[in-house]
Amino acid sequence: MKQERFEREHQEAWAGFAAMLAGVQPERLPEAYRALCRDLALARQRCYSAALVARLEALAMAGHQALYRSSLDLAPRWGQFLAGGLARSVRALAAPVLVAVALLGLPAALLPPLIAHRPNLAYVLEDPATLEKMEAMYQPRQGRFGRVGQAQTDLAMFGFYVWNNVRICFQAFAGGILFGLGSALYLLHNGIHGGAVAGHLTQVGLGRQFWPFVCTHSALELPALALAGGAGLHLGWALLAPGRRSRRRALAEAARDGIPVVYGAAAMTVLAAAIEAFWSASGSVPVPAKLTAGALLWAGVASYFLLAGRRRA
Amino acid sequence: MIDTRWAVETPEGVELELIPAGPVPRALAWAADAGIRTAVYLALAPQLLRLGRVGIGLMLVVLFLLEWFYPVLFEVLGRGRTPGKRLLGLTVLRADGAPVGWSRSTVRSLLMFADFLPFGFAAGLAAMLLGSRGQRLGDLAAGTLVVHLEGGILPRPAAPAGGAAAAERPPQPPPVPLTAPEQRAIMAFAERAPALTPERAQELADLLEPLTGAAGAEGAARLQAMARHLRGLP
Repeated sequence: MKQERFEREHQEAWAGFAAMLAGVQPERLPEAYRALCRDLALARQRCYSAALVARLEALAMAGHQALYRSSLDLAPRWGQFLAGGLARSVRALAAPVLVAVALLGLPAALLPPLIAHRPNLAYVLEDPATLEKMEAMYQPRQGRFGRVGQAQTDLAMFGFYVWNNVRICFQAFAGGILFGLGSALYLLHNGIHGGAVAGHLTQVGLGRQFWPFVCTHSALELPALALAGGAGLHLGWALLAPGRRSRRRALAEAARDGIPVVYGAAAMTVLAAAIEAFWSASGSVPVPAKLTAGALLWAGVASYFLLAGRRRA
Repeated sequence: MIDTRWAVETPEGVELELIPAGPVPRALAWAADAGIRTAVYLALAPQLLRLGRVGIGLMLVVLFLLEWFYPVLFEVLGRGRTPGKRLLGLTVLRADGAPVGWSRSTVRSLLMFADFLPFGFAAGLAAMLLGSRGQRLGDLAAGTLVVHLEGGILPRPAAPAGGAAAAERPPQPPPVPLTAPEQRAIMAFAERAPALTPERAQELADLLEPLTGAAGAEGAARLQAMARHLRGLP
């Protein structure tokens, strides 16, 4: 068939396809798209002019875009995700997440007793100026306590915690692509910093101010950082030991598995920011209430990740 | 021949050609987006600061969202295009040619941080230059490509000007079907002809005497007419 006749016979169908892309009768799009792909294959096979092939290619590309779009509607999936999908995604990455918990948790847990034993250790690990600033922050005073020096208004602190802490979460994840080194460094650094500050403040006698302040929001903040770092370590491990997949494929699959965990970590960090700004820093909440809330939240977070979503619907 | 084209086979059995974008247009698109982000921030900041310390909190949240989710929102809801990419005619696609969704776009955006390391997007540039499809680290992890698609301010290859004599000829289909490389050779001839001396153009056209059925100036003019047909020019 000559090109002129081919064009004459299909002109109408192609115009109709372009109209469907613009929204006319979208239910007929898949059928029309298949017909267009057939026309494109024929045009190439019969060596019709480059201009015609280019025109059909552009139409096919637009059709491919319209047809293979993934669903963008997040609302129905959020409920399932929080009800157990997140816990399942985390348990699927159990090994890297446990390594991340160890990297963050071991220094944070071991440093306070060590510093109680040898107070100088805090000055080895942290800048004296930083420790002085921390001491000033947790000096007992009227009303609210905690990190009061930076801002008086809860909302300002909330914004600061979101901007700063969620960023750290994201960076702990992204750093994992450097063969896991970035994530490991973020986790260790935060573990050592937190452990040294906690140990030092307790040792100089400010524990009564420090522990009630951090106990509640840390139940979300620290696990969130460990989760984001664990997802990062998972990325790094995929590059180091891809197994029987190509590194490119292993990395893409690791990112696919890791991103729900990062979503969860970000949501937890935002929640932690709200608690830190409106509850932990509040002077009107009595200390026993804060300690009780902290204990409950730690237990809740732990049982969520261990138990939620075990029974598949 | 160095060719960056990347063919994707669709389930319908045809191949779609994607043209991955290189570092320079992508850097320009990034700069345009950075300018827009800064402008939005500078426009909002004085209004928010008027609200006092509440405004500081809101401002930091806005900064956070602009920093991490500006690309995600535009790429997912704007068919793979941030305003900067639209300006340069670039589009983010999945490596199989389909549009990106939330997760892939978020992975790209978060890993922008790793691409920036150790300074000035050095890691991302290295990844783009080492790979064959111009993917930065974020693209590799997300399985996405940044490709040239229609539109944008980048200069298009100019349509062949054609000599005055050639322009008078109506387009003429070749007497036999030509394969794609053959068509490309004839169109390349038509593009270069105005820059060649008439003698050299005729010498080249003489090689195709079996196709055109004429030698010398007549052969070159017939070849130009065929090129006009292949290009779809009137």
